[in-house]
Amino acid sequence: MVKFYETEVDSRLMLGTALYPSPSIMAGAFKVSGAGIATVSLRRESGHDKAGQDFWSLVGGMGVKILPNTAGCHTVKEAVTTAHMAREIFGTPWIKLEVIGHTDTLQPDVFALVEAAKVLSDEGFEVFPYTTEDLIVADKLLNAGCRVLMPWGAPIGSGLGLSNIQGLKAIRAQFADVPMVIDAGIGLPSHAAQAMEMGFDAVLLNTAVAKAGDPAQMALAMARAVEAGRTGYEADPMEPRDMASPSTPLIGKAFLE
Amino acid sequence: MSFEIIGAGVAGLCVATELVKRGASVRLFDREAAPGDHACSWWAGGMLAPWCERESAEEPVLTLGREAADWWDLHAGGVSRRGTLVLALGRDKRELDRFARRTSAFETLDRAGVDALEPDLAGRFERGLFFAEEAHLTPRDALAALSKALADKGVPVETDASVPADSVQRIDCRGLSARDALADLRGVKGEMLVIRCPDVTLTRPVRLLHPRIPLYIVPRGNGVYMLGATMVESTERERITARALLEMLSAAYALHPAFAEAEVLEIGVDARPAFPDNLPRITTFPKGEGAGRSGGTVYVNGLYRHGFLLAPAMARITAEYLLEGKSVEIAA
Repeated sequence: MVKFYETEVDSRLMLGTALYPSPSIMAGAFKVSGAGIATVSLRRESGHDKAGQDFWSLVGGMGVKILPNTAGCHTVKEAVTTAHMAREIFGTPWIKLEVIGHTDTLQPDVFALVEAAKVLSDEGFEVFPYTTEDLIVADKLLNAGCRVLMPWGAPIGSGLGLSNIQGLKAIRAQFADVPMVIDAGIGLPSHAAQAMEMGFDAVLLNTAVAKAGDPAQMALAMARAVEAGRTGYEADPMEPRDMASPSTPLIGKAFLE
Repeated sequence: MSFEIIGAGVAGLCVATELVKRGASVRLFDREAAPGDHACSWWAGGMLAPWCERESAEEPVLTLGREAADWWDLHAGGVSRRGTLVLALGRDKRELDRFARRTSAFETLDRAGVDALEPDLAGRFERGLFFAEEAHLTPRDALAALSKALADKGVPVETDASVPADSVQRIDCRGLSARDALADLRGVKGEMLVIRCPDVTLTRPVRLLHPRIPLYIVPRGNGVYMLGATMVESTERERITARALLEMLSAAYALHPAFAEAEVLEIGVDARPAFPDNLPRITTFPKGEGAGRSGGTVYVNGLYRHGFLLAPAMARITAEYLLEGKSVEIAA
């Protein structure tokens, strides 16, 4: 069980809803993985008069909690407007806040992110900011009113895994009580497990599942990896050592050399 | 048995052709007497590329799509069988490996192979995939040819839909307009453009792999090319966005810089009718149910981005079902 703002969610796996071969295949991936939260992009799908309603209804029909996102927004104004639209359409104060700084690398514009997070938090939104592992930005996001952080693993859609392990360890340690979701960059189940072993509260991924040859199989693998990683974290893993440490005592062996 | 087909887009015209071919009595209705921009097939790419589509589509798209090229050749003519060339740009090169893993019936080309197929692209691509068995056509010509052939056989497109008699079997091929009866039908918006660029000669459809949208450029002859197509989860049938134009034109420009000098002839937008599995479906409603007003209604719909590719097979299956009592199961 993990808690974001005041909402408790069973699954620590969140899935995106873009790029699947079909909505049926998407629904299959959600079902087998037990993912509890679906993030939905408004900007790409939006049109006049809620023209994306059919797709949103399909997502809504999967019985998961919806986390609308502001993917594709490049300015504070766009992100805030999209958040307003999301609240109206999905009836949720949740918003995954993405403010993209560069079209090519899809890096978050952390300056605009903090600004938009402040505006939206003040308006009563429960903001899930997509950010880097930068500690100062994290601090400013928390000051702006965020109570969840979503540091990236690697650039969106790259599938590279956790690029800056030390940086992610630092942000986890620095804000030990803040629910944190690794968002973006996860390509393999081992990446997801690694994030969970490090004590992150959940992972959010999309391309790794949607673009797999068998999205449902990959979603299942991701769910198991998240569960394994989390269980391992909760079991309080041993500390690594520089030297071998025999697991059975050597003293008392008959022919000790 | 007599039939009334509602909707004379690619689905309606193909179903009418298959029924008439089997000697059935058919009337064909549409809002307009001639094929035009009110039907989303007007905006289609016209690629008959089942092997390439299999990259993201399910198996029936390949099995059913394989009969399309011969069908169009026989009933409309104008099929160009020059295969499909699949290329990737710069850092998307690994997309080519993924595409190759998911597809079949292609040949891997090196630089010389790409250059030999399309000399105007010489030196621009290190690698490509060539799907030799694929074909393409010009959708508007094909629609006009089917429409004319039907009219010649006494089945013109009529515009005043009358209430069918009880004995008449109605076949609904209205595409997205049939949402009134088909609850899980949705629209997937697509944007396309047509350009003229005599400076570049491409002789076959070229697909550019892209992490988000499958971009393609289809030669229409005389230096005219169709660029397509976006895929947006939206029922909106208007409003082509700057983003769509940017993405499509950037792709063309990346393929060959001379496309920057192209004349933009047309921009188009519509929404494809699709079911949740993105596969076509034949749905039957008994008399008194669905949107059919008196007799029973059969719906042929959900052709998604595969109108010209799958309409022939769907029409054949529909005709076999209605006239010969065969099953409508679409075998995977």
